[in-house]
Amino acid sequence: MKRILVAIKRVVDYNVRVRVKPDGSGVALDGVKWSINPFDEIALEEALRIKERGGAEEVVVVTFGPADCQAQLRTALAMGADRALHVETGEIIEPLVAARLLLKLVEREAPLLVLLGKQAIDDDNNQTGQMLAALWNRPQATFASKLELNDTSARVAREVDAGTEILDVELPAVVTTDLRLNEPRYVKLPEIMKAKKKPLATLKPDELGVTLTKRVKLLKTEAPSTRQKGIKVATAAELVTALKQRGVLA
Amino acid sequence: MSRILIVAEHANGKLSHATARCVRCASQLPQPEITIAVFATDGAVALEAAKIEGVAKVLNISAPAHAHALAATLAPPLAEIARAGYTHVFGPSTTFGKDLMPRVAALLDVPQLSDIMAVESERRFRRPVYAGNAIITVEVDEPLIVATVRVASFQTAGATAAAAPVEVVTPSAVLPTHTRFVEVSAPGGDRPDLQSAARVISGGRALGSAENFQLLYKLADKLGAAVGASRAAVDSGFAPNDLQVGQTGKIIAPELYIAIGISGAIQHLTGIKDARTIVAINKDSEAPIFEIADIGLVGDLFKVLPELEALL
Repeated sequence: MKRILVAIKRVVDYNVRVRVKPDGSGVALDGVKWSINPFDEIALEEALRIKERGGAEEVVVVTFGPADCQAQLRTALAMGADRALHVETGEIIEPLVAARLLLKLVEREAPLLVLLGKQAIDDDNNQTGQMLAALWNRPQATFASKLELNDTSARVAREVDAGTEILDVELPAVVTTDLRLNEPRYVKLPEIMKAKKKPLATLKPDELGVTLTKRVKLLKTEAPSTRQKGIKVATAAELVTALKQRGVLA
Repeated sequence: MSRILIVAEHANGKLSHATARCVRCASQLPQPEITIAVFATDGAVALEAAKIEGVAKVLNISAPAHAHALAATLAPPLAEIARAGYTHVFGPSTTFGKDLMPRVAALLDVPQLSDIMAVESERRFRRPVYAGNAIITVEVDEPLIVATVRVASFQTAGATAAAAPVEVVTPSAVLPTHTRFVEVSAPGGDRPDLQSAARVISGGRALGSAENFQLLYKLADKLGAAVGASRAAVDSGFAPNDLQVGQTGKIIAPELYIAIGISGAIQHLTGIKDARTIVAINKDSEAPIFEIADIGLVGDLFKVLPELEALL
């Protein structure tokens, strides 16, 4: 079966302004709204569009995390994913461990494409897709802004610092998504009801034969330093004077 | 002693400034011995890298397959070189380094640190998370530490007349052929590079249209500045996406940053907060951009811009 595996992460919602806890132990997460990582939502949307165009037969969505993550998996099912896999753990999953878990699922599911966001908006690591591609020994196309799937290869436009780069990658491959790839659909109520009946399988990391190692030690979390309050000017002429005073303009 | 391997970023036969910024970061490790690996089709860029101050040695890996930087092609030989006794492997936190370094780390079976902005010790670093709304201090207890360096946090290392020796190496790693470069299109033209420019002028949604966005270029020409855009301006189609400044676009640290008609979403502020001087021109006096601006001007940009242009 032509299958696309989409990895999603549950993160603090994009619109929440996170606050650092005064004791430096992390950010305050009590009562915050959780959502699918926006880049992963774009990955899922792209997978669904490929399926709707006939380029794939099944979209499987997976996440790693505590039981609460099933809410995000249900949202993904409501968007249109066919089934969901939940690898349940309360541990923090580092990118290399996430890549290992994904590799095991890739071996089970044999997808032609693994789609995931370029980074999660909480830890901002931007690593998991590339690490999976390395462990799987398959091509990677990161920061995708356009994706065309052919029988044995994919043409991917990537948003790179220099502009847009086009790559051809043989399938199967890992593609990580950037913001401008698509705009994810809104979920409608009937879809949410239907999603409750879609299959969601739960499994444990050790069933996949992966040990959850923690190799990066978090010592401290701080608020970023703030800039000193600036001055206000009323006219363009005053602005030029102020810039000259600061030595920015000659 | 720290033995640091830095992978050079270059394009069109020229070394990127990002490489010298990685050197500056690496030089803050205890007793640094810095080696730069240059993957290219010839030795020209390696000679350029050898002139960065603080570099002990340059490794030149020449092959036709390295005509374009492909992570899948670069990772196996880079991992092979890294195994030869290095303590750190650094790459810039640009799209080049972000693409490559995790692939290298996975091949080496070690975690990777993203976006390091400060060196605390040999194994301890600081990096931003939550789009820069929090800074974490992390420690890695590994014989080999792989990281990307947040280039905006480090000045470029200087140049030296006494060039470091260049050694030609030929790793034995088999290069995969499953990934092919087709083309890269750079709509920027011959303007200063946004990422490395000393002065940047950015426009936001308040410019209202792609035509109005062109007004910025006249001012940019007067100042010798690069042009950037907020995500709102890019999403509205006023500017191409490679101009986007912010956490999800380019993170920059110019001497002068002028934000015109940009309200200052958190993700935009994260991308500019290391700029030396921030100027904001906006008609909304409550706009968040004024909270971080060194010089703020509350006014109509369509009136202020021509005035400013006439004064420069």
